[in-house]
Amino acid sequence: MSSAVKSYGVWILAAILLLILPYIFPAGASITTMCLIGIMVIFALSYNMLLGQTGMLSFGHAVYYGLAAFVTSHMINWAAKSGVPLPLPLIPVFGAAAGLFFGIVFGSVSTKRGGTAFAMISLGLAELVYSSSLILRSFFGGEEGISADRTKLIRLFGYNFGPQIQVYYLIAFWTLLCVILMYAITRTPLGRMCNAVRENPERVEFVGYNPQFVRFIAFSLAGLFAGVAGSLAAINIELAQASFVGAAQSGAVLLAAYIGGVAFFVGPVLGAILVTLLSIKLSDFSEIWVLYFGIFFITIILFAPYGLSGLLMMHAQFWRGPFGSKITRLGKLFGAYVVALIPALVMIFGAILLIEMIHHVAQKGAEGANMHFLRRNYLTVNTHTVLPWVGGVIAMIGGFFAFRFTWPTVANAWHNALVDAQRSGK
Amino acid sequence: MAELIIISTLNGVLYGMLLFLMASGLTLIFSMMGVLNFAHASFYMLGAFLGFQISQWAGFIPAIILAPLIAGGLGALVERYGLRTVHKHGHVAELLFTFGLAFIIEEVIQMIWGKLAMDYRVPSFLDFSAFTIYATNYPAYKAFMLVFSIAIFIGLIFLLTRTRAGLIIQASLTHPNMVGMLGHNVPRVFMLVFGLGTSLAAIAGAIAGAAFVTQSNMAALLGPILFVVVVVGGLGSLWGAFVASLLIGLLQTFAIASDWSLSKFFGSYLSPTRGTILFDIWTVTIAQIGPILPYLLLVLVLIFRPTGLFGTRDT
Amino acid sequence: MNSAIELKNLEKSFGKTAIIRGVSLDVKAGERHAVIGPNGAGKSTLFNLISGRFLPSSGSVLLHGENITGLRPFEINRRGLSRSFQVTNIFPRLSVWENVRCAVLWSKGYKYSFWRNIDKLEDVRARTQEILELIGMTNRAEIPAGVLTYAEQRALEIGITIAGGANIILLDEPTAGMSRGEAENAVALIRKVSEGRTLIIIEHDMGVVFNLADRISVLVYGQIIATDEPAKIKANQKVQEAYLGTAGHD
Repeated sequence: MSSAVKSYGVWILAAILLLILPYIFPAGASITTMCLIGIMVIFALSYNMLLGQTGMLSFGHAVYYGLAAFVTSHMINWAAKSGVPLPLPLIPVFGAAAGLFFGIVFGSVSTKRGGTAFAMISLGLAELVYSSSLILRSFFGGEEGISADRTKLIRLFGYNFGPQIQVYYLIAFWTLLCVILMYAITRTPLGRMCNAVRENPERVEFVGYNPQFVRFIAFSLAGLFAGVAGSLAAINIELAQASFVGAAQSGAVLLAAYIGGVAFFVGPVLGAILVTLLSIKLSDFSEIWVLYFGIFFITIILFAPYGLSGLLMMHAQFWRGPFGSKITRLGKLFGAYVVALIPALVMIFGAILLIEMIHHVAQKGAEGANMHFLRRNYLTVNTHTVLPWVGGVIAMIGGFFAFRFTWPTVANAWHNALVDAQRSGK
Repeated sequence: MAELIIISTLNGVLYGMLLFLMASGLTLIFSMMGVLNFAHASFYMLGAFLGFQISQWAGFIPAIILAPLIAGGLGALVERYGLRTVHKHGHVAELLFTFGLAFIIEEVIQMIWGKLAMDYRVPSFLDFSAFTIYATNYPAYKAFMLVFSIAIFIGLIFLLTRTRAGLIIQASLTHPNMVGMLGHNVPRVFMLVFGLGTSLAAIAGAIAGAAFVTQSNMAALLGPILFVVVVVGGLGSLWGAFVASLLIGLLQTFAIASDWSLSKFFGSYLSPTRGTILFDIWTVTIAQIGPILPYLLLVLVLIFRPTGLFGTRDT
Repeated sequence: MNSAIELKNLEKSFGKTAIIRGVSLDVKAGERHAVIGPNGAGKSTLFNLISGRFLPSSGSVLLHGENITGLRPFEINRRGLSRSFQVTNIFPRLSVWENVRCAVLWSKGYKYSFWRNIDKLEDVRARTQEILELIGMTNRAEIPAGVLTYAEQRALEIGITIAGGANIILLDEPTAGMSRGEAENAVALIRKVSEGRTLIIIEHDMGVVFNLADRISVLVYGQIIATDEPAKIKANQKVQEAYLGTAGHD
């Protein structure tokens, strides 16, 4: 019983959370955002079946997402036109089938090789599909894409899935189902052999497994789940567009998975949430938010290769001993973080100010000298005066040196926490 | 017909040589360091924009000299302070780093120069017709690009086979560990090769930018083709990169000049219904599928020769 | 007795360099067979040819009478031949338990299954446990293999090699780089795990070789100059010359 609670408890909790989320965040925009997050969670986890689990770096995962989206749109239109009684919640099954089908077709070509060659091949195949979308207009619908009215299908229990909240529950259901399935797959013989192929494909051959075939199955299954995500995306906005199979979409899922951390199952979930939120919110502040996003990504690669989930997991080792001592230990450590954070924020502020001013001067010269910093009216700087430039440079460089000055403090706090944790035993 | 063939061949060789300028740098870097520089096409773009900006200030000749030097210097810095840091996390992290770099370079270029095409023009002293074939004038600038890229190609061969630095690089291609054992500063060789490779890409950008379009999406358009070149040629093979560059250059150029389609040949026997996929395939001209030809070639090569035309390494 | 492994005129060249120059060898089922020879004689290359890592330039490899030349390593492994590596070749970021379990899976018939919960496969769990006990690492099961000591990694290497229950085992210098005490433990382990199986072992430590092997083959410069029982090998004139000629190797 207790082991059943352990293994199923987290899923039951997740289900309850998904049920009540719309009551916690009832605004229309929040519902829309949560729909996007759910889709991205499936997509990023399916991507991680490749990168994190099997060690395959794909630059073309959007192919399976996008093609499934088109199949979904065609399917909805066909069912609506022919009157076949196919309710909307079942449509993602066809997306999954489409993702699996294209995963098998392209996987048979691309999984013969691992490493860098696989990465380049995935890129080439993605370009092939994207370029084809301009030619095969009857399937891809050219510039406009293929739109599909999701309310035209047969109703299920009286729901026509017109209101976004109904779509939310549809997406939530499929998200939970896919997450559970993908988690389950990591705990099967194939899932473990995927890890082995990631670690040492050569040795795998000498314990009886064909690493190419392991990659091929992993790739096909990743295609299947990407297909579900793409299908939900098409349902969500009632449209499939060529950009769905494009490089930007493939890049987005890579970023989400990697920023969240590919070494842990939950990593891509965190990444999907963060990346979706950032891409919605950051554009309110700056036109060049994608640049900040890229810098953030590079920073993660350089300094936190296990992503955000890796950073979190690093702190798991301090969660030992009696509750009070855990709190004091982590409290001291976070105190040191705050000390380091202040100069770091000054540095980041300086850098952003400079970047925004360069952008303003280079691109917005016509708008005059005044710039609303981060699009806030209360923060206006005159880019034609010396002060903000000097201030930006001082903040950036000064912030950096002050930040570096705090590193020993953080290292020391870390060391103390470690010693303290070891002392309180297991 | 003969006119078309001659012009297309010239253009194809020119395009192929420009591809090779980039592919050679990419291959050198890959062979030595095992890193496929995803941002390589971004340095090509950087070369074009720097070339444009410098030519605005100081003229064309300083531009094509300074732009590669600056881009190469930046490349060396990227190797020293970026790649070297992620090296310990393995090739996937390195590839991801260069992917992020490509991302950032594109955004920085948009931040400074915007998304519209630059007015980067052929310099007036090269803006005339070099010769006439039948009725077609062949621009002097294209002839200059061809000669220039062949000159650099020869210079590269000379550097690799006749100089001490070249011999060290060549040795590092096949036996990177041994070269380190022999007391050469391998990290510095890496930095220099990375700088050299990126500056080759920037040269291509600086001269091609004036003839073609200098725009912030040029790296994203060219990058994938570049990677097709190195995979089709065989990762790490300089000779393979050369052959594949010319192959793809000619393939695409001839495709653009051709308006053949299946319907043109078989249209009298069969005509599929409008609005179906078959109809799309039936009526598409070779010129229209030109952009996907490199990728089709990639798929074919992978099916029949997974290591590429001249590849030996399986990475 | 039946042959477990038969090599017929095996040759292997890399470019113009011939590494294996016509090796014929017959290893009987149930035999412990050692391959010795100076550094660079081609011993590891021989293993790579038998186990399918390299394709021979000519000649053939027979496994229980079946020609396996040109088969991929996993196909050969599935036919009951397993090998270890001279340079430790494990799954560094997986736990010791996972390392061994990966090597057990195929032999229990689970193949590429992605619908079975691996933790509920009782036969796999039992076999993994058995191997860990055999190599004495039950208390290290949860540790990532990459952080084990060198001797522990070598033991794990052997564990991975035998986990699939192969009846022919190839060990490539299992005691290399070990201290005397560690090597003794390793030999005891090898003796235990090769019980009732065919063992081919490459070894530099003559103490180990003469203690363990039923027969010894001496490989010099890509050719076998003698195959015989230990006592006769010691007395063999050609072997003496070959070894005295390369005196000073480890």
